[in-house]
Amino acid sequence: MFWQILLGIWMTAVILASFLYMPATQGLGQTGRIIVYHVPAAWLAVLAYLISMLNAVGYLRRGELRLDRQARINAELGTVFCLVATVTGAIWSRAAWGWYWNWDPRQTSIAVLLLIYTAYFVLRSAVSDQARRARLSAVYSVLAFLTVPFLVFVVPRVYASLHPDLINLEQGSFDMDRKMLVVFLASLAGFTGLYAWMYKLVARLENLLDKLEQQKRGEAESER
Amino acid sequence: MQTKVVLKKLTKAYGRRRLFADISVIIPDRSVFVLHGPNGTGKTTLLRIICGHVPATSGEVEITVDGRLLAREERREHIGLVSPDLELYGELSAVENLEFFAGVRGLPFSLEKARNLLASVGLAGRGRDLVDTYSSGMKQRLKYAYALLHEPRILLLDEPTSNLDETGVAVVAEIIRRQKERGIVIMATNEPEEVSYGDQTLALGQPGTGHLAQGPAH
Amino acid sequence: MFAITTLVAVSFSVGGAVLDADLSAALLWLILFFTSMAGLSRAFVQEEEAGTVTALRLAARPDAVFIGKYLFNVTLLFSLDVLVVPLFWVLLQQTVALPLSFLAVVLLGTAGLAGASTMVAAIVAKAGARGPLMTVLAFPVLLPLLLGAISSTRTCFVGDKAIAADLLFLFCYNGVALTASLLLFPYVWDE
Repeated sequence: MFWQILLGIWMTAVILASFLYMPATQGLGQTGRIIVYHVPAAWLAVLAYLISMLNAVGYLRRGELRLDRQARINAELGTVFCLVATVTGAIWSRAAWGWYWNWDPRQTSIAVLLLIYTAYFVLRSAVSDQARRARLSAVYSVLAFLTVPFLVFVVPRVYASLHPDLINLEQGSFDMDRKMLVVFLASLAGFTGLYAWMYKLVARLENLLDKLEQQKRGEAESER
Repeated sequence: MQTKVVLKKLTKAYGRRRLFADISVIIPDRSVFVLHGPNGTGKTTLLRIICGHVPATSGEVEITVDGRLLAREERREHIGLVSPDLELYGELSAVENLEFFAGVRGLPFSLEKARNLLASVGLAGRGRDLVDTYSSGMKQRLKYAYALLHEPRILLLDEPTSNLDETGVAVVAEIIRRQKERGIVIMATNEPEEVSYGDQTLALGQPGTGHLAQGPAH
Repeated sequence: MFAITTLVAVSFSVGGAVLDADLSAALLWLILFFTSMAGLSRAFVQEEEAGTVTALRLAARPDAVFIGKYLFNVTLLFSLDVLVVPLFWVLLQQTVALPLSFLAVVLLGTAGLAGASTMVAAIVAKAGARGPLMTVLAFPVLLPLLLGAISSTRTCFVGDKAIAADLLFLFCYNGVALTASLLLFPYVWDE
């Protein structure tokens, strides 16, 4: 309970700070404030998807249904964050580039991630047998994940990106001023906390549902 | 030439429904093992588990050939299967089917061998016809040719005589007799006469675990 | 059949006008993509429906099955290429600046298409689903390949850029898709 309250206060502070404390960014102006939400969401989407894929590999190795469930929950959370990143990105794109969507490489990549995991959930819903569903979706998630790097390689060759880079590679430094960096890192921490909490919540909920199911079954058998 | 199949505490459940539990059997070399019991009690599933095509929920199948325990991957070299849910390629002729499966198994193939095999299941002279033109009884006979192609140590038969006429039934009886001389026959059937072939029989679907019985001595 | 219908329809509707290189490159790969979706999705479903899958599974090693299906699909798509590409050239009056590289792009692209589709077809067959599942699953996996193939095909038509890196890209995609499929296929094939 303590942690949830702390997280609530923390995120409120981040939201306030992103509008009041943080200065408007150079070049991007007021719209740059969205970075505090957009970038952590995108990072967490990638993180959750990565964990999901690793769980899928784990499932194929060891065949424990627990790992399949973890893979699925992470894929769900990843999709939630991915949607947040896509929507915030589109809003920013409207303000900065003139329209919500224009197939910038980053937009293309995130769209493909969403496509992959949409396909993943479609596949899961198509298979009713538990073990078979776990196996097929694990195979698909590994296969799809392996093709993503190619996208990263091919897309920038076709279209040049206008997406602002957070880390300036040439100078090897962050392109942010100090106040902004503080708020950004606080937001990143907050988002990660949020992710961990959501994950725990979903996992607990499913465990409870499992127990309920077992109890029902037990009652049904004793009635017989 | 020693073959042995051991089932250790095999249990299979689909979700919450338990099909069978704790089946433990030792099937020695040169014997016939018969599974029987009402529909839906897991006879076919048990055969599939022995093939390694379906995982058991718990328990193990151990197949030993000449003192060596087989890995799951190696089982296919020693198992022949005849089953209603196994079909051969309808767009190929019987001989082409045998040639294909011999190729896939990496076995030498000769027309003469195929002819002998087909003759032994009563399909002499029909080897060049497409399997699609076969009657269901002829298809069943061809499945025996497929199952015996690699001279397996273990022959698994699910409903061995389905669709067969009297001569077909006699052919199967002869195949079982010969197989018993070189290895093991495991079959799932409800025909009383076939159940009587069993050196051991197991009735599935009884409350609790299966009921194991010694068959009449042969 | 699908390939020819599309090609003729497009050619007819543009009425002999020469298409932009970008557009015709995209068109070529879209035709190849959708044709292979229609054609290759049957690869494993057929075995599953006919019941021959049990006979095959008991007789053959999984990697042998995969390679067999893969080679068959590659052959199938190559013969599609032989049909579609000349027709494409005749109907759309597309000039090709780098014919040899174009040939390589087409072959590598279709081989990649066949490899990833074979794997997805195996998944679809086990999922027991009919309808558009094949396309839904294959599209994200094939998208990098398609984008790469379209851009390199355009380069071949126009001949304004070096093509070596594009060929390497297509080659690597083939390698990764094939290796991953060989590793993953047993999990799909065996229960």
